Amino acid sequence: MYPRVGEAMVRILARYGVQLDFPKVQTCCGQPAFNSGYWDDARASARTLLEAFDDSDFVIAPSGSCTGMIHHYYPKLFENDPAMLDKAVRLKEKTYEFSQFLVNVLGVEDVGATFPHKVTYHPSCHGTRLLGIKDEPMKLLQHVRGLELVPLPDAELCCGFGGTFAVKMSDISGAMVSEKVHNVESTGAEVLVGIDMGCLMNISGNIHAEGKPIRVMHLAELLNEGVSS
Amino acid sequence: MAETAGSSVKARSKQALQDDFLRKAVKFTTERLKNGKRKATEEHGNWEEWRERGRQIRLHTIAHLDYYLNLFADNARKAGAQVYFARDAAEAAVITREIVREKQARSVVKSKSMVTEELHINHVLEEMDVAAIETDLGEYIIQLAHEPPSHIIIPAIHKNKQQIAEVLSEVAGERLEPDTQVLAGFVRRKLREQFLAAEIGMTGCNFAIAETGSIVIFENEGNARMCSTLPKTQITFMGMERIIPSFEDLEVMATLLPRSATGQKLTAYMSAITGPRRTADGDGPEELHIIIIDNGRSRQLGDPDFQELLNCIRCGACLNVCPVYRHIGGHSYGSVYSGPIGAVLTPALMEDPSEWQDIAYASSLCGACWEACPVKIPLHDMLVYLRNRKVESGTTPTAEQVMFKGFNYMMSDHRRMERFLRLGKVGQKFVARDGYIRIKGPLKGWTNYRDLPEIPKQSFRDRWKELQVEIAQQPRPKTMIQDIEQRMRKVLEERSKGGGSGGGHQE
Ligand code: SF4
Repeated sequence: MYPRVGEAMVRILARYGVQLDFPKVQTCCGQPAFNSGYWDDARASARTLLEAFDDSDFVIAPSGSCTGMIHHYYPKLFENDPAMLDKAVRLKEKTYEFSQFLVNVLGVEDVGATFPHKVTYHPSCHGTRLLGIKDEPMKLLQHVRGLELVPLPDAELCCGFGGTFAVKMSDISGAMVSEKVHNVESTGAEVLVGIDMGCLMNISGNIHAEGKPIRVMHLAELLNEGVSS
Repeated sequence: MAETAGSSVKARSKQALQDDFLRKAVKFTTERLKNGKRKATEEHGNWEEWRERGRQIRLHTIAHLDYYLNLFADNARKAGAQVYFARDAAEAAVITREIVREKQARSVVKSKSMVTEELHINHVLEEMDVAAIETDLGEYIIQLAHEPPSHIIIPAIHKNKQQIAEVLSEVAGERLEPDTQVLAGFVRRKLREQFLAAEIGMTGCNFAIAETGSIVIFENEGNARMCSTLPKTQITFMGMERIIPSFEDLEVMATLLPRSATGQKLTAYMSAITGPRRTADGDGPEELHIIIIDNGRSRQLGDPDFQELLNCIRCGACLNVCPVYRHIGGHSYGSVYSGPIGAVLTPALMEDPSEWQDIAYASSLCGACWEACPVKIPLHDMLVYLRNRKVESGTTPTAEQVMFKGFNYMMSDHRRMERFLRLGKVGQKFVARDGYIRIKGPLKGWTNYRDLPEIPKQSFRDRWKELQVEIAQQPRPKTMIQDIEQRMRKVLEERSKGGGSGGGHQE
């Protein structure tokens, strides 16, 4: 849905000589079906990832949630299928979220970007809680020249996305995203940055519907814009 | 009453969301508790280690529950208590009725106990024409308001001071100021007579110590201590999972429970009661009855997906951090237990754990509950397991089943997915403006609160070929590349030795 995010991520990684590939056979990690309880359907989708990345050394996703799905749930999803379980465990061992890979594997904290704006950061739940991503995005943002990072009040509160939750329990989800947007607004930031397009689609959808002048960006987009300008 | 109207969580929460008083009150108190906990755990200094100790104690006890339960019952009997096992609410009611009848009790004072709520003991007493008087301040208030508790440790969390003053003023027959001191003072005076008149005191139980047969109660108001010292007969209700092996384990639990619940280092009172009054004792009941409740709990034993649920120490921390509970309060859940623990426990206690209506959908699966839980119960995972059981039982809506069949068909082969996206692009021409879709229709749940992004003109996979060429021409900071290659190689080497966990938690 967001080719510009994938492109930004690829452009940043390519700067460090990482050999990149995009195996066409992959579709979706299966999380929407898994979280709704449809595990057979989730498996059908997850299989395409196990196949796609069999030969890769590292798998990098611009989403803490999809990465979390692979880490936290793939072994459970394939627990009764030894061959697939083996693949799932191997996939898990090599899968990283974008900021983790950049900071923890490549050792890059300063991508050399300039972005002279007031920015606030929303830590997505799955990235933070399932993967333990806390400092990585902060380190990257702190090294961006001209960027003023303002703390987001109650940052750890979920934005209300939750996949099908946003449709099934739409009123609760609506209350949650309204509070999140209210908190973002209270910082006076021009830009909200995050590491997960699910959450960002939810938040930006509300911002757009309310006609508020806040730009919503994925961390990779921000960094890439900062190095190309 | 907004709290009980509506037949589903969805319907009830819709009403709760329109109640600004309720939302403000819930937000205010959960924040206070959450911040209190944060501060207390930081000050503790070694929280994570103690959390793990607590988890291990609970895991061990539950794994050997039959042994520890028998040990507890034996020791409690040796100390002079009468111990009963109740398979369900009906059996608990029979036992309760017998004791009440034998004692010819006219009134019963009760301290706060979620398990008596679960068993509807007040209703049992009411039917016998016996007065059941709740003596915990919050419970007293909601009893007067004829409402169930909306939080497992703060039963009247949904009411603000003004509303509480109104409820109590009615009983007082005069206008009471909405001041905590005034209100608590009034209730205390009122309850004093009741404590002295009651023939039976009923309590819950936070922990039961197997090695001594003692029951342990944590509280702040002193009312549980009154319930267990003044009346001649005491009945204690306990869920069968409340057991811990020894007093040594209690030290860990006493560190975890108050801090997680309210941010206190210790509650104002902690009573450990071993048997009824002995001749040398200054106070205590002449008879102590302990009713151990199953009521669905044994179903989780031996079920790998849910056994850890029995580790719960009912601290309420998961409610206080829950972004859903924060907005809808406890009554929206429509069950005795609310919040994340309630969303899992309610179906898990049912005969068929797929019978629930929509309570396990009332979560965005953000994992805040798991992070807050002093014994690390993965409630967010269990919610998904419950959803899975519902799907497996074939009781989810047909339209939803069809939708995920479609998901399966589309996502199991990338060519099909690509074809669908192309079709979608054509379809959205009629409804998309400036990159967003705003139609109502089937997506109205989403579009009531947000716009939907349109499918982009060119997908990443379509762009990949060109992009590969473009990135090959991109400038690169050459000096760094060697260093980076080395780092990547090192990670690969470690992984081949079995030391890789990718982007997961480093354990
Ligand atoms: S699940 Fe954990 S956090 Fe929630 S009440 Fe039980 S022990 Fe406390």
